[in-house]
Amino acid sequence: MAKPEQCSQCNKPATIHLTQIVDSKIHKIDLCDDCPYKQTVTDPEGFSLADFLLKDAQSIGIGQNVKCEVCGFTPADFKKTGRFGCPHCYTTFKATLQPMLANMHKDTVHRGKIPEKALARMSLQRRLHQYETDLQEAIASENYEEAARIRDLLTEARQATASE
Amino acid sequence: MLITPLIEEKAELTDGGQAAEPIVLSTRIRLARNLAGEAFPAWADKTQREAILNTCFEKLTPLKAFKNGVFLQISDLTDLEKQVLVERRLVSRELIESADGSGVLVSREQGLAVMINEEDHLRIQGMLSGFNFLMTWDKVDALDNKIEDCLDYAFSPDFGYLTACPTNVGTGLRASAMLHLPGLVMRGHMEKVVRMVNQLGLAVRGSLGEGSEATGSIFQISNQQTLGESEMQILKRLISILHAIIEQENNARGVMLEKQPQIIFDKIGRAFGIMQNCHLLSSQEAINLLSLIRLGVDVGLLPEEKRAQIDRLTMEVQPGHVQCTVNADVDPEQRDEIRSARIREQFASFPELDFNNVEWKPIRQKDTENGTNE
Repeated sequence: MAKPEQCSQCNKPATIHLTQIVDSKIHKIDLCDDCPYKQTVTDPEGFSLADFLLKDAQSIGIGQNVKCEVCGFTPADFKKTGRFGCPHCYTTFKATLQPMLANMHKDTVHRGKIPEKALARMSLQRRLHQYETDLQEAIASENYEEAARIRDLLTEARQATASE
Repeated sequence: MLITPLIEEKAELTDGGQAAEPIVLSTRIRLARNLAGEAFPAWADKTQREAILNTCFEKLTPLKAFKNGVFLQISDLTDLEKQVLVERRLVSRELIESADGSGVLVSREQGLAVMINEEDHLRIQGMLSGFNFLMTWDKVDALDNKIEDCLDYAFSPDFGYLTACPTNVGTGLRASAMLHLPGLVMRGHMEKVVRMVNQLGLAVRGSLGEGSEATGSIFQISNQQTLGESEMQILKRLISILHAIIEQENNARGVMLEKQPQIIFDKIGRAFGIMQNCHLLSSQEAINLLSLIRLGVDVGLLPEEKRAQIDRLTMEVQPGHVQCTVNADVDPEQRDEIRSARIREQFASFPELDFNNVEWKPIRQKDTENGTNE
């Protein structure tokens, strides 16, 4: 029997032909390369199919509605490119990333060089930013005693930045 | 041309401070680094990429390592210039094919280069001729420290340096050596070696990186795993495996010279004859023949000092370099003619092959001592 040439979901050429037997009923599905991804979120029936086809993608959370809050990257994007969108993706997909890293590398924990200076500088910058916000809030709420305290901390932190 | 200063300057890989050695042609280490809070190059839009390129150029060009260096935006380069940079191994193919906002900084002596907006924001690489991982690491590590002083790296205490592809996360370190293994190729043992090396978690590639062929019996061997070990552990493991491969290559050469020296002598002798008399030579054939001549130096048929000259020629016979010497767009047949003329001219001053001078002694490599020290 000739296989249908078109994807049953859209009009693109079908490249995946799957016969699924569920409760003694035969389901035949013909899909293009892209539709299994869409299926995972839109069609509960298609879910098991995508599950079957995309075991790897599953491991980073396909089918769950995860999205990197910083860059908008999704697991489907990862499946397509094999790369992440931004550094924050490592936090967003952390739980599901671990088994993948265990497969690829010696271990899942970093044991190499640490950019001490850059980290110290970044944490100082974050603190400065926090003090500035706190100071504005204290002034706005007319809590001048608190404002004076924060101002001193801020001066101290600024001096530390300048002396670098 | 924008890359003229690079071509006119002697390249680290062919005229480095280190004498050209048998078997290990060169050593390279690269570190993948990204900027905190910025989308990785492939996910970033044009504006973001250009902003990152500008920031990196602004911060890195004043560094001492890049004094009198060359700073190039890929979009400013002609196809020929891009090709020459790839042939010099200063940039990857991925970089020259990437979208707007990519660039490269190259140090004067071409031993250090930083690619910007390749797969990661920064790819810091150091190269030295010969088997010199620890010296290369010192250079790259020092440059990385300098860059860390002026740019905020994306780093996580758990995963280390964060990279676009999770295969590079952690140390972001890829160390590779370029090996000349004619003995193993001739004895038909390369397949076995590749299998062994793969099982040990290393990758074997052709001389120009991913997907390229191993012309001239030249192979690039590198680590694959970047997370879970320190940089020094990764390097030591790689060094010890390379020692095993070098030993195998020595054995293969020894066996051939002992049992059937005429086979090796015949190949080298014919290659030498072609070099002196050719009038049309493709780059692939030239590289294969130069590989045999290099073997001729290793086994004593030619004087040691000829090795560096052969390495330089091996670089210069590549298509982009040939085209650069005439500074014009020439078709492949003309290129073959120009290439053969250059080779004939160089080989005219070579001494005759000395078949009575063959004294086989297995080659000892420097990093033996270094490899055991921290």
